[in-house]
Amino acid sequence: MILRIDNLVKHYGPVRAVDGLSLEIGQGEVLGLVGESGSGKSTVGKCVLRLTEPTAGAIELDGRDITHLSRRAMRPLRRDVHMVFQDPYSSLNPRFTIGQIVGEPLLRHKVADRRTVSGRVSAMLEKVGLRQEMASRYPHELSGGQRQRVGLARALILEPRLVVADEPVSALDVSVQASVLNLITDLQRDMGFSCLFITHDLSVVEFLADRVAVMYLGKIVESGPTAEIFAEPRHPYTQALLSAAPVADPVRQRDRRRIVLGGDVPSPVDPPAGCRFHTRCPLAYDACRTEEPPLHDPRGNGHPAACHLVTADRVPDAAAHR
Amino acid sequence: MSLLEISDLTVDFDTEDGLVQAVRDISLTLDEGEILALCGESGCGKSVTAMSVPRLLPPDTTRLSGSVKLDGRELTTLPESQMRQVRGKEVSVVFQEPMTSLNPSFTVGYQISEVLRRHEGLSRQAAGRRAVELLELVGIPAPQRRMKEYPHQLSGGMRQRVMIAIAVACSPRVLIADEPTTALDVTIQAGVLDVFRDLRDRLGTAIILITHDLGVVADIADRAVVMYAGRAVEQAPVTELFANPRHPYTLGLMNALPSAAVNGRLAEIPGMVPSPLSDPDECAFQARCPRAQADCRLSRPSLERHAPEHLAACFHPGGKS
Repeated sequence: MILRIDNLVKHYGPVRAVDGLSLEIGQGEVLGLVGESGSGKSTVGKCVLRLTEPTAGAIELDGRDITHLSRRAMRPLRRDVHMVFQDPYSSLNPRFTIGQIVGEPLLRHKVADRRTVSGRVSAMLEKVGLRQEMASRYPHELSGGQRQRVGLARALILEPRLVVADEPVSALDVSVQASVLNLITDLQRDMGFSCLFITHDLSVVEFLADRVAVMYLGKIVESGPTAEIFAEPRHPYTQALLSAAPVADPVRQRDRRRIVLGGDVPSPVDPPAGCRFHTRCPLAYDACRTEEPPLHDPRGNGHPAACHLVTADRVPDAAAHR
Repeated sequence: MSLLEISDLTVDFDTEDGLVQAVRDISLTLDEGEILALCGESGCGKSVTAMSVPRLLPPDTTRLSGSVKLDGRELTTLPESQMRQVRGKEVSVVFQEPMTSLNPSFTVGYQISEVLRRHEGLSRQAAGRRAVELLELVGIPAPQRRMKEYPHQLSGGMRQRVMIAIAVACSPRVLIADEPTTALDVTIQAGVLDVFRDLRDRLGTAIILITHDLGVVADIADRAVVMYAGRAVEQAPVTELFANPRHPYTLGLMNALPSAAVNGRLAEIPGMVPSPLSDPDECAFQARCPRAQADCRLSRPSLERHAPEHLAACFHPGGKS
């Protein structure tokens, strides 16, 4: 395992952003971490990079517990894990040239010196499909898609073992998004890094993740191989999420069974007792209001869900109840 | 005659870099009870086109020509005093960001009632009663209680519903919704789209929906106009558009969606949108177009009818004839 997260908790004051989450990412695996705003998905990414201090739980990178490493002890490990951010506008320093931005990790980790850095930068720019002359440009001279390529180049230049990508294509137009997604796929195949891909967009996850974990209010409610999750979502929340994302085909879209969830996402300051989803779940019954369902995998096929109604021979159908 | 008729609309903006040609020769119509989607990527001119109707473009730097007629009445030349009556009462707008469009210092009830008192001349009590009805109409639970709450107490989806309630308070004939669900989660988006559908069905409101999301277009629109670089490149009823896209750009957009991946790859649209500072006499899409031929660089294709209601601006359109 490249990454193992065990029972991670991160509270910001009274806000229980992540509230007991475990996941693993294998060598060369892409895990799509899906959730809506406030689900805590970005906080998980920040904890993995130690950009924020976990409240409890353990994070292991390549078998080494990094949960409470000091900044100094963490520094050499930063070669192995890098982040790509959503906003290619605010995540690149406007005062540096593209060459400086992409080359900076090499100098910081003393992997290259002033003389050898430009060759490495050129090679990396070529890998992400940017022309050499881009190295002397500034971020404001680039389009959104080009900036996101720069973000990828900077994250990948040290050949990290794990990349945490937080909504890396969400700010891009569809046509630009397509080329960046193709690029991520190619780079991942060539370089073999593992990836924690954080997004709200199910279609993006379906396109590039090997496995999917769905978050709701700080917890994982379901996880499994991508094809399985999309073909047979088990948790009523996953079912609702899939049914709510409109498909770009009016005939199919207008004929789909939709699960309309009532109410709003409850506040992570005071999550509901029992199952956290019970306030919006069309199938909720008494036990859901008092007993928190564990993430369990009754069929033992690597597709666990946190729902009382999921059993070895039965999967709930949220669309059947209106 | 259609409820709204836009003819040969052209909009330029004076900027430090020169004249930005935001919209070029757009003509479109909107019928009562119709949901028309204006779609395309950032900078294609979809918002500028729609905001020309209530004249919500910066007056000092906007140069506009062409005609916008509501019920036969020309809006582009209407004096500002009369235009103020049109805004809100006949044409109203819902924006993407409900947090920045609501005033944080006033209760939800006050903000809806104020519109009713100002535009409809209702008394405070009558406006309050109507405001509760409007909150009910847009699907807000416990409307009596919500009336007394401030915007920060509401979730994003609820705020957007309040914005819609304000926008439809005076029963406008045309509602312009600019990316109204883009900032919302999908499970919330579905409910807000239902509100639009419901308004159309119950009140006959005509809706212009500005969106970049083809899934939303497929879900709710009757007809769609696809824009590229300031121009309409294709226009058709939605089922026809998705079943039989004619313009290579429309097809490119559909194929670029992650859900349209073939063998683990997405179809890219190479190149970039041309600069809005120049407008050469050629097809604006030709440099990126897989079907482009010599004639595409010699003159600009105009929007031609390919089927009864299906228009496309392309010399070499795809699709079944």
